[in-house]
Amino acid sequence: MGFPDRIERTVQVAQPPVVVWAALTTAEGLSAWFGNTATIDLRPGGSARMTWTGGETADMRVERVEEPAVFGFTWHIYGLPEDDPRRTYVEFTLEPAGTGTRLTVVETGFAQLPDDVYRKAFDGNTEGWASELGELVAYLDAA
Amino acid sequence: MPPDVEAVAEQVFAALADPTRRTILAALASGGPATATDLAGRLPITRQAIAKHLALLAEAGLVTAEPGERRRIRYRLRSAPMQLAQQFLAALARDWESPLDALKDHLDGRKTPP
Repeated sequence: MGFPDRIERTVQVAQPPVVVWAALTTAEGLSAWFGNTATIDLRPGGSARMTWTGGETADMRVERVEEPAVFGFTWHIYGLPEDDPRRTYVEFTLEPAGTGTRLTVVETGFAQLPDDVYRKAFDGNTEGWASELGELVAYLDAA
Repeated sequence: MPPDVEAVAEQVFAALADPTRRTILAALASGGPATATDLAGRLPITRQAIAKHLALLAEAGLVTAEPGERRRIRYRLRSAPMQLAQQFLAALARDWESPLDALKDHLDGRKTPP
């Protein structure tokens, strides 16, 4: 079947890396093409957030900042519940190509299964709503 | 990656490919744990067919059997395999083409559609 862990795309753009870098790493740039609004604290460990007019938000954690060549961040896996701890890592690589830039985006981590999720996944019969409702019942009984 | 991730995802998709099993899983998801008899009362499927499918689903680890009232077995949906399958779908649903097209348009000074 092949569980896809890695997604990679490369595009050629006419602008030099320094211009592309600004589009990827500034609030002004990100809000112009990616989100509808954006904030970013551009340093490893810094937070970034994009929001869309439809109400969706994406919270990112900046991981790599090597101006103007590598920008990496992690974010929540699209489509998974909000409280799911799994995150994918996205890395943009900018290489000069003629007068423009060869831009590569790689997103990895779709097939990850962290230890805690692994435990939850395979011996978690007591997890979830059943146990939470049980705790609620116990709490109400004690009151 | 643990070697059984693919096997788990495959079992979820195999289960979901069958309309009867899909109906049973949906009933357990919406109504909570139930016995084969409970489900037969609610669904247009015979109790025998439900029992057969529940046994298959339990063997695949998608539902767990637990003792219920009057010594009847109750079946409970296991969310963990579904979460794995969701992860597989997340990779397929990831769309980088649209944002990269929008980035190119932005860099070229064109207005990007909202």
